[in-house]
Amino acid sequence: MIDIRSVGKTFSSQAGATEALSDVTLSVAAGEFVSIIGPSGCGKSTLLRIIGDLAEPSAGEVSVRGKSPRQARLDREYGIVFQTPVLYDWRTAIENVRLPMELAGRPRAECLSRTATLLRLVGLDGFHAHYSWQLSGGMQQRVAIARALALAPSILLMDEPFGALDEMTRERLNAELLEVRRETAATVLFVTHSIAEAVFLSTRVVVMSPRPGRIARVLDVDLPQPRTEGTRALPRFFELVTAVREALRKSGA
Amino acid sequence: MIALVWEGGKTLFSIPSYKLPHLHEVFGDFLRRGAGGESWAWIMAQNAAYTALEGIVGFVVGGIAGLVLAIVFAHSRWLERGLLPYVIASQTVPILAIAPMVVVWLGTSWVSKAVIAAYLTFFPVTINVLRGLRAVDPDALALMRALAATPRQVFLRLRVPTALPYLFTALRVSATISVVGAIVGELPVGSRYGMGVVIINAAQYYNWRPANLWAAILVSALIGIAFYHAVAAVERRIVRWQPLAPAI
Amino acid sequence: MRGLGEYIPALIVFALGIAAWEAAVFAFSIEFYLLPAPHVIVASLTENWPVLVESGLYTFTEAVAGYALGCGGGIVAAMAASRSPAFAGLILPYAIASASVPIIALAPLAIVWFGIAQGSKIAIVTLMTFFPTFIGTLRGLLSVSPDALHLMRSCAATEWQIFAKLRFPHSLPYVFTALRSCTTLSMIGAVVSEFFGGPVKSLGVYIKSTASLFQTRQAWSAILVACALGLVFYFAVALVERVATPWRAPREAV
Repeated sequence: MIDIRSVGKTFSSQAGATEALSDVTLSVAAGEFVSIIGPSGCGKSTLLRIIGDLAEPSAGEVSVRGKSPRQARLDREYGIVFQTPVLYDWRTAIENVRLPMELAGRPRAECLSRTATLLRLVGLDGFHAHYSWQLSGGMQQRVAIARALALAPSILLMDEPFGALDEMTRERLNAELLEVRRETAATVLFVTHSIAEAVFLSTRVVVMSPRPGRIARVLDVDLPQPRTEGTRALPRFFELVTAVREALRKSGA
Repeated sequence: MIALVWEGGKTLFSIPSYKLPHLHEVFGDFLRRGAGGESWAWIMAQNAAYTALEGIVGFVVGGIAGLVLAIVFAHSRWLERGLLPYVIASQTVPILAIAPMVVVWLGTSWVSKAVIAAYLTFFPVTINVLRGLRAVDPDALALMRALAATPRQVFLRLRVPTALPYLFTALRVSATISVVGAIVGELPVGSRYGMGVVIINAAQYYNWRPANLWAAILVSALIGIAFYHAVAAVERRIVRWQPLAPAI
Repeated sequence: MRGLGEYIPALIVFALGIAAWEAAVFAFSIEFYLLPAPHVIVASLTENWPVLVESGLYTFTEAVAGYALGCGGGIVAAMAASRSPAFAGLILPYAIASASVPIIALAPLAIVWFGIAQGSKIAIVTLMTFFPTFIGTLRGLLSVSPDALHLMRSCAATEWQIFAKLRFPHSLPYVFTALRSCTTLSMIGAVVSEFFGGPVKSLGVYIKSTASLFQTRQAWSAILVACALGLVFYFAVALVERVATPWRAPREAV
């Protein structure tokens, strides 16, 4: 599905060159939910952006379903969610969700039914005509998720999507995200710096180390599916959280 | 660059000299001798200084008045609600239109011109300073509270520094329009000195000596530009912690 | 929506101000040519109504025509400049520097170039409104957040789609801020250009000539007309803004 081979990224500035990523190799199968976790500055967002063709790698290459990231982007394989909702203030919730479909030139009737379905999916049934300033932070991020799903993308790129939310909202949205995903079957790449979030959501957790960013360890998460609130209370959940924490510590975070 | 466009355009479109004189004619005008035998550069400099002084006096008076009123507004909800709508409305009406009336009241001396410059300065300063005093970050205010700061300390150490960039943005805008105010105040008949008078006279004798008007306008523009940059220079020295906010 | 109560202090001040004005004129028997009482100005307004309407329309036409040319030109130029941010960055400082030039001083030259009638005033208003609109629009078009652009990119949006669906709507609040302040500028530009010379039936000439003859009542009534036209223009644009940008939260006046 996604093949990342020896990818490196160097940023050059007046202060000299900074190596953000070094020799990252990773392969993600269809339907996986892979979290990338690591301290600030380990290049995890950069990696995500390289996969999404929002940045160019300095070394190595990435292929997505056998295509270059650029071709995959042009074929509209990606849905993307940022740390901030990035809603357009001049559009209502439903119009924001519709944006990718408009850009792809989908017929109006299809847009109408699909956007309504998506907003119901993220629990915003009564908020179609609300502008972003009328929505709470959690609701805005739900709109952003619905928007990312609009074209039923095969890959969902999520860059710390819940990082700016409070713990309670975050846990609720974690559960909702899994529900949403069950209906879309997209492959998810999820950048976070919450250990519990990574373990709860993923089928695999990639631990990265900083300066330069590289993969320190990859852990399989063998928690039973479907994940529920009860999952957080399983002994295995705590074991995995501890394992990830250990891996982070060893990697020098 | 400008010179190239100027002379190039003149040649290219064969613009006659009465519409667009040669650059050397404009600068040559300064060297010409006036009726009394004085050089035009000297006459122009005297008038420019006169206008500049009117502008400066008005700018300082208007700036102080605006500052005081903004501080009063910030402390009195009632005064603010009663008077602020008029200050805001003043931004939507052509207040410069009453310039001739001010000259009727105060005569054709420099005082009336300074007053016009002052009230043009006054309004933007009031509005921007009030906005600045209000722009204080609530968390910064909470911090001051937690440190048991007195209201005076909160004002001097938090509100004033927050408002300073706003003040200077307004002052830069006002710097130019105070010059405009002074010049417009010199237009009504009866005034004897200043760039407004020079411009009006030059316009009357334009057919005879076009370069004179161009030179007068050039000098007026230079006064405005000099004012603006003088204020900007002071701003850069005082507000060191952030770059200049755009004036428009 | 703010309650009417918010405006009560302002209305009281208005009533008190008018009353004090009347009283002062009466009590100190201020010469009528210095400061006419409000009721005298209103009387003069009705007396000279036909002339004032004619002059007002003449001047207002100049303001609106110059405004349309200047603001329209500013918006179009900004859109063109935004195609190349590097080029835009190069010319922006010069456009900003134009704020320090007293453009109105060019009025007598405009008369030489475009004639004593409306042409010269329209030229001055055009010049005065062009730069603020250009700068406001350009700033709006270029200030979109990087992530908003990334989003468009990830959806494989075309350049035209990025402009139509992101840059343009994002710039509208900036554009309208400029458009609103340009209404005032255009009225000032038109009236003050007429101070430098113009036909008799225009507000600027009317104000200047009546004031110099100490016909203060007439001058004040003309100033009143100029202010009223300025207000109407401003609020007309503010109304268009409200309709064109319905998504914005209600905002404070200051």
